[in-house]
Amino acid sequence: MYGRKVKLRLVFISLILVTLILSVYLIIKSLEENVVYFQSPTEIKALGEINNKKIRVGGMVKKNSILVESKDIKFVITDFKNEIIVIYSGAVPNLFSEGKGVVAEGFLNDRKLLLATKILAKHDENYMPPEVKEALEGK
Amino acid sequence: MASLIGYYSLITGLLCSFLIIFFSLNNFNRSDILNKKIVYFTFLQFFLVVVSFFGLILSFVFSDFTNSTVFNHSHTTKPLFYKISGTWGNHEGSLLLWLLVLTLFIFLFLLESKRQPIKYRLLTLLFQQIIIVGFFVFIIKTSNPFSYIFPAPKEGLGLNPILQDPALAIHPPILYLGYVGSSIIFSSALAATTLNYVSKEWAKHVKQWVLVSWIFLTLGILLGSIWAYYELGWGGFWFWDPVENVSLMPWLALTTLLHCILVLEKRLILTSWAIILSIATFTLSMSGTFLVRSGILNSVHTFANDPERGLFILIFLFSLIFLSIFIFLFFHKNENKSKNSFFWFSKETAILINNWFMMYFLSVILIGTIYPIFLEVLSSEKISVGPPFYNKLILPFLIPFLLAMAIGPKLNWIKSDLKNKANLFLFLIISLLLSIFIIRNLSINFLVNTILVTSALYLFFLTLRDFLIMKIKNLSQNLSHFGFSLLILSILFNNIFSSEIITNLKIGESFQSKQFTINFKSVDQKNERNFKAIIGKFEIENNDGTVEVLKPELRIYNQPNIVTSEADIKTNLIRDIFITMNLVQNQEYFNIRYQIKPFMIWIWFSVLIISFGGLISIFKRKHEH
Repeated sequence: MYGRKVKLRLVFISLILVTLILSVYLIIKSLEENVVYFQSPTEIKALGEINNKKIRVGGMVKKNSILVESKDIKFVITDFKNEIIVIYSGAVPNLFSEGKGVVAEGFLNDRKLLLATKILAKHDENYMPPEVKEALEGK
Repeated sequence: MASLIGYYSLITGLLCSFLIIFFSLNNFNRSDILNKKIVYFTFLQFFLVVVSFFGLILSFVFSDFTNSTVFNHSHTTKPLFYKISGTWGNHEGSLLLWLLVLTLFIFLFLLESKRQPIKYRLLTLLFQQIIIVGFFVFIIKTSNPFSYIFPAPKEGLGLNPILQDPALAIHPPILYLGYVGSSIIFSSALAATTLNYVSKEWAKHVKQWVLVSWIFLTLGILLGSIWAYYELGWGGFWFWDPVENVSLMPWLALTTLLHCILVLEKRLILTSWAIILSIATFTLSMSGTFLVRSGILNSVHTFANDPERGLFILIFLFSLIFLSIFIFLFFHKNENKSKNSFFWFSKETAILINNWFMMYFLSVILIGTIYPIFLEVLSSEKISVGPPFYNKLILPFLIPFLLAMAIGPKLNWIKSDLKNKANLFLFLIISLLLSIFIIRNLSINFLVNTILVTSALYLFFLTLRDFLIMKIKNLSQNLSHFGFSLLILSILFNNIFSSEIITNLKIGESFQSKQFTINFKSVDQKNERNFKAIIGKFEIENNDGTVEVLKPELRIYNQPNIVTSEADIKTNLIRDIFITMNLVQNQEYFNIRYQIKPFMIWIWFSVLIISFGGLISIFKRKHEH
């Protein structure tokens, strides 16, 4: 009777262990696949090779660069050292305007062109994403 | 004047704490009757915090700009309603609200726990006072809502316009009742552990508090979600934003605790687990406050980036965690374990399995929320974790979760076997066929979606059947589970069948798709007291001949100078149609987003059903007494 109980407990504990290991493995693996890295135009220029992973680019919207057409919106993100052209078809947030900070999420076509799938909303005019602030201040 | 009264009652409130602690310690070993003074002082403390809170509200109502909180977050042209709600729409005021709920709950606890052992009541009060003192000091030292500006400015800076909204005005108080309500569970669990009082009676008693916090937390999250849906203009209701995650984590812990307490109440097993969950719930609420308030997470909830505040909460949080670990390790005795074993096929097992799954969901969300923060600290690499991560890790595991939820309540305690196997199997087949029929046209992820819909439908039918044949053992449980199946179904259908059009249009232009045409008719201007509105007029001609007129707005607030878009939403039982427009600087084109979102209203409604189940449970218990 006692032996059975110990056995049961062993099975129970190993079951927990296996579940734990499995879930940690799953979580880490899918983290690797699904995270989005943030980069400034300067960092993109220095990029070794371009893969088709989603990234975020942050900086200022360059003055007089926004061009709206019926299908898409083109503009330029600059960190005052380098710039990148963004083509985007989708909804723009309220505070998207020239000379203001912006974060665009999407896929790199080449080092000078980002095909954006999302432009991130900001909640107030004084708020600047910390990434952008840092990129602009020049690390 | 109101500020001054508010400030001094806050200080006096802190002094009350010391008197309460003194009397409680005195009372602890001496007498079998609770010293009346303790109840009086607890009430006095609550009353003083109320006075302080009203002092702040009055300063907001009369736009007293000598008060820096009012100056920073209010404006004379703001409507009265939002002047009042602005009280908790900022860091200082919202912490005062925390304190208000903390003192309210401990007072209610003292009134309600008269049948409980006196030592347990006193010790719970003492632990709660530790938290209360911590928050008093935090508020007075780092975030005083009553600090003085001289000379008084003529005009305030105004409240962020997207916070000027009825749902968001009541979202913080409701959410806090749930969030902070879990402090009572924490204190009571620590007290029960210290006194070795973790018993069926304790479970019965603490379950009410778990239910109360759980209901408010559920409703609070619902309100926030509804607000995000119509105000942020994205048309989604959940973004897996870190700030949302920190409210979902305590909810998951609380839901797990609720089920665990049920087992404890009936069978006196899982005692350690219940204590760990009680501690975890409040710890998660506190960590949420830390993450949101410290400025680490950037969002609409981040009111100020003051490192001193973050540090204070962090130190306070860790002291509480160490205190609870210490108490748990040194006082907790796990007795009578061998007496209460159970067979693998039983209600206990079903609940345990669901407990595990919920813990898994919790850890996924926890890692997804804090991993980017750690990575940034360690390697200064900046990443964000988006919805795909959560969808991939959570959705597949919902399948066994839902099935266990459907079968579990049908099992008996200790040892069970399934009656009406054929019946249950029949329902499974029906659900499977129905779900294949519903999503037959879907090309991507057909398999996962079919199985997901099947398991949700299965839970839906089984709970529905119990209502219909009036053979309900447990009405509240059945109702909440029914609500949950409805929630998952609505979310799934909403995800699968949503469609959206994003386009840029000039006034007078139209956009044509297979099912409908969007005509951009005209633009109007309207001047309100604190904003200017640009109102677009859109006609949606559907192919079946029906025409809908939608009028989304752009609002340009004058103080602070912010543009917001107000979506126009037409809701019916089957679907919402949702339109927002936006103007890009110096361009003729308006950016238009038109969405058809099926079953939106059912998402909100099902969450109401879930919390209503909890409400019934509370009243049922009152009835039994």
